[in-house]
Amino acid sequence: MASYRELLAQVKEEIDEISSTAAQDLLTSSDAPLFVDVREPDEWQEGHIPGAVYATRGRLEQQIEGLVPDKSRPLVVYCSGGSRSAFAAKSLAELGYEDVVNLAGGFTDWKRNGFEVTMPRVLSSEQRARYSRHLLIPEVGEEGQQRLLDARVLLVGAGGLGSPASLYLAAAGVGTLGIVDADVVDESNLQRQIIHSTDSLGEPKVLSAKRTIEALNPDVRVLPYEERLTSENIDRILGEGWDVIVDGADNFPTRYLVNDASVWHGIPVVHGSIFRFEGQATVFSPGNGPCYRCLFPQPPPPELAPSCAEGGVLGVLPGIIGSLQANETLKLILDRGETLAGRLLLFDALGTTLDEVNVRRDPYCPVCGDSPTITEYVDYVEFCNAPVGRS
Amino acid sequence: MAAVRIPPTLRADVGGLRELEARGETVGAVIDDLVERYPPLAGQLYSEGELASFVNVYLGGEDIRTLDGLDTPVDDGETVILLPAMAGGV
Repeated sequence: MASYRELLAQVKEEIDEISSTAAQDLLTSSDAPLFVDVREPDEWQEGHIPGAVYATRGRLEQQIEGLVPDKSRPLVVYCSGGSRSAFAAKSLAELGYEDVVNLAGGFTDWKRNGFEVTMPRVLSSEQRARYSRHLLIPEVGEEGQQRLLDARVLLVGAGGLGSPASLYLAAAGVGTLGIVDADVVDESNLQRQIIHSTDSLGEPKVLSAKRTIEALNPDVRVLPYEERLTSENIDRILGEGWDVIVDGADNFPTRYLVNDASVWHGIPVVHGSIFRFEGQATVFSPGNGPCYRCLFPQPPPPELAPSCAEGGVLGVLPGIIGSLQANETLKLILDRGETLAGRLLLFDALGTTLDEVNVRRDPYCPVCGDSPTITEYVDYVEFCNAPVGRS
Repeated sequence: MAAVRIPPTLRADVGGLRELEARGETVGAVIDDLVERYPPLAGQLYSEGELASFVNVYLGGEDIRTLDGLDTPVDDGETVILLPAMAGGV
């Protein structure tokens, strides 16, 4: 039976090592390796090598394929002194990673040489508990959770779609939620607009939503805009800086306004719409795909637009579509997975079917095309007697 | 025969049906067959004799405007999706 020292010596014979100085040179080269930090959480929090990914030694094998899917990518593994990472390097090679080296002397030696160290931002113990199920997912983890906490999402409408979308974004810890809605809570809203309650009847929707969200998650700051989105105020509101817009408007004028503004401000829009038993969702990402006008260049004439008030909607439908919007929003913030950009999802609640059609950027699009013909906001006739920005 | 998905906004014009069978060798012929049987659809789908700009038609998941438009051939058993713009979010 080998002692620890013998085992370590044996493992070190089987792996390659790199000195701090050589690793530092590689860090600034064009084909820099990825550093993998396998220390304990308290060690990581006291600083790490810039750009390193983090998985404790105990969870390394479990998490590494999520963190580094490409097994040909060169890796430099480190711990504090180079011993734990020696075992880690061997294990990674056994998992099929082709180019793994151990950082000799570890982080201690790196620091002793005066090389750059990044201080991670730290979640509080309350946040660690609250977001623990996110922290367990390699695609989110601590870095992703910080991204969510730093993110700013603007919700257009605190109605059927905005209710579930804002609740899930708030629960996920999206740090700032702007909500635009000029309406007050009405009894007929409560069949589906789950962010409001019987207690908030008659209250402005933005304030009712703010109260519900703050009760759910004190990490979230809600910025209420109790106004209708118009060509007059949209630049001011969008100019406050948003990472993503969630479009849950209930009328064409607002949808076109949001689209044109998002293209000009360069902000992605997560689109959802609902009617009776059917819903649609997609992502419009300026510069990376189509916009709403590539899909529908202009609104239908008012006499052909479906009447919102008469149309009706199954109460759970906005829950499904609004949740899909929250999902797309989280992926956009985390920069993970495939979004719905370029794909329009069609959900039919009666048949429980999900179809998908392709949406392509139109080079002749009047707003995002190569030679735009619309360069200022268009105030379309309001349909459904619904003022712009109400939901 | 092609299957044609009728969106909720047009169902009132086809007796509430969600899907219909229609004949035609091109998308245009399939739509003409529908319009002949359900004349009120004409005003919803066409504008000045052309497919209205606020209505999209998909065949095999592709917008026919990126294919051969109304002349796009339709094979037996294919599904045509009619999709007018829909704004609701309430």
